[in-house]
Amino acid sequence: MLSDLLLPVLFALVAAFLPLMFVPLLVWGERKAAAFIQDRTGPNRAEVLGIRLGGLVHPFADVVKLLAKEDWTPARVNRFYYNLGPFLAIFISMLPFAIIPLADNLSVGGRLIEMRAVTLNVGILFVLAITSFHVYAIVLGGWGANNTYTLLGGMRSAAQMVSYELAMGLSLIGVLMISQTLDLGEIARQQGGLLFGFLPRWNVFLQPLGFLLFLIALFAETNRNPFDLPEGESEIIGFHVEYSSMRFAFYFMGEYVAMVAGSAVVATLYFGGWQVPWLGTETLRANALLTARALLVLVALFAVLAAVLFRSYGRRLSALYRDRRSREAKVLGAASIFVAALALLALAFLSGIRPLGAQILVAAVQFLFLVAKILAFGFLFIWVRWTLPRFRYDQLMGLGWKSLVPLGLLNIAVTGLVLLGID
Amino acid sequence: MPGIRTVGRPMNIKEKWYLFEIAKGMAVSIRHLVSNILHQERMPTLQYPEEKRVLPERFRGRHRLTKRDDGTPKCVACYCCQTACPADCISIEAGERGDAAEKVAVRFDINILRCVFCGLCVEACPVDAIRMDTGKYELTSDSRKKLIYDIDTLLND
Repeated sequence: MLSDLLLPVLFALVAAFLPLMFVPLLVWGERKAAAFIQDRTGPNRAEVLGIRLGGLVHPFADVVKLLAKEDWTPARVNRFYYNLGPFLAIFISMLPFAIIPLADNLSVGGRLIEMRAVTLNVGILFVLAITSFHVYAIVLGGWGANNTYTLLGGMRSAAQMVSYELAMGLSLIGVLMISQTLDLGEIARQQGGLLFGFLPRWNVFLQPLGFLLFLIALFAETNRNPFDLPEGESEIIGFHVEYSSMRFAFYFMGEYVAMVAGSAVVATLYFGGWQVPWLGTETLRANALLTARALLVLVALFAVLAAVLFRSYGRRLSALYRDRRSREAKVLGAASIFVAALALLALAFLSGIRPLGAQILVAAVQFLFLVAKILAFGFLFIWVRWTLPRFRYDQLMGLGWKSLVPLGLLNIAVTGLVLLGID
Repeated sequence: MPGIRTVGRPMNIKEKWYLFEIAKGMAVSIRHLVSNILHQERMPTLQYPEEKRVLPERFRGRHRLTKRDDGTPKCVACYCCQTACPADCISIEAGERGDAAEKVAVRFDINILRCVFCGLCVEACPVDAIRMDTGKYELTSDSRKKLIYDIDTLLND
């Protein structure tokens, strides 16, 4: 059958390009949030025909810049490892997305379609194995560049990542003990339903300590701020000093993709993945028409709100700029009014949904919730980065080995005792 | 070590656990983020080429040479400003005025690339011929030659 061939290809493409699509968004969020936290305005100059989108054009301008820059390879590098490093960095960061379930299973014509690229029953082990491969990207980059500074930076990062991998693995075991499976799809599905009658049955409420430990280890594994010694872009020299142009951009993008993939993993393990809080798949499918209407009303409301905001924004713009940039608010306002009109039109003509449509609609809603959770974690990464200073290296190692590992063991013991008590 | 006093900064139990302090810090940063998104007009940043800062009245900007009532330059080419200039950016060439006893500047160049905007030339001038009250501070050009202002530029500033 054709669909047997097409669907895996489709899911593979989604798994490959979804994390890449988050990258410009997160880069923009990083700069803008940093600016607002520090009482600045952030990037707002790049424009396409006067459309600036609050600086969202800048990441694309950056890509053009990085592609146009000279790609300089220093003499005496080990060319094979030097070129392999950036490639590994982005490739390995993308891999965990292959096994993240994007929505609940569809059943079309008696066939079960899993909403992910690869169905793997050793899901979490795969994630752990792949994230430990990330060390190779950094060490090979540091070694291959044939520079003592990059070598030291690479060694430093390798030590950090190896140390925190242990804490990460230990913090996960609590979840595995509760769910009795390694399959991420199964873990996400188990997190439907309610806890104590009002909380969504997410693992974060059952494993608060495990979640905290995993989150901290994740920050260290993705080299994000309190633990960003591998890069230390402003103060200490990291492993990618000798890289320029798109090779550097690959490392840079690899970091953001790792962030997105890490967010997806933590959302799936602890926050229910695609689960819509309080609404199970069956409830949503049974009330597909209501769901669709609620979605359209929400879209229309947001579009109208955006139009109102763009109106007041436009007044400030035309007071400030005398060129084509002052038109931006009018264009965006018109676009949001158009979206609102479309949503209302669809609402008026929507009278019924067929079962297949209901399944696809519910899958789309669940996918949106997964994206929202990923973005929320992405924001957390950014928020932490612009709040906390960097750890000193001995503090980093102390925290990893003397705090996270014992607490992870404690978490396993407590979880085991509670599970025994319930039995 | 002798002579070195170590000042301990002991942390209490709450600080040793990091998390409370981290939460406090994150509350501060989110407060800034939200208030700046909601009140962007309160942001101190100016959108520079479009918006400009209001200068104080006595702002010391680019130089100008003043004129007498009849339109001739006040400068008597006494070299006081050139002597006073610590950056050595003024160069004057004196000439005869013809009708009176006074001298006149034939050439009066200010190399604005060297100028440190100290204002000593203004203080040194005995006849109030040079002032720095134009309020111009955007001193850019595409060549160094254009940034050496001659007497005509300075008189018409």
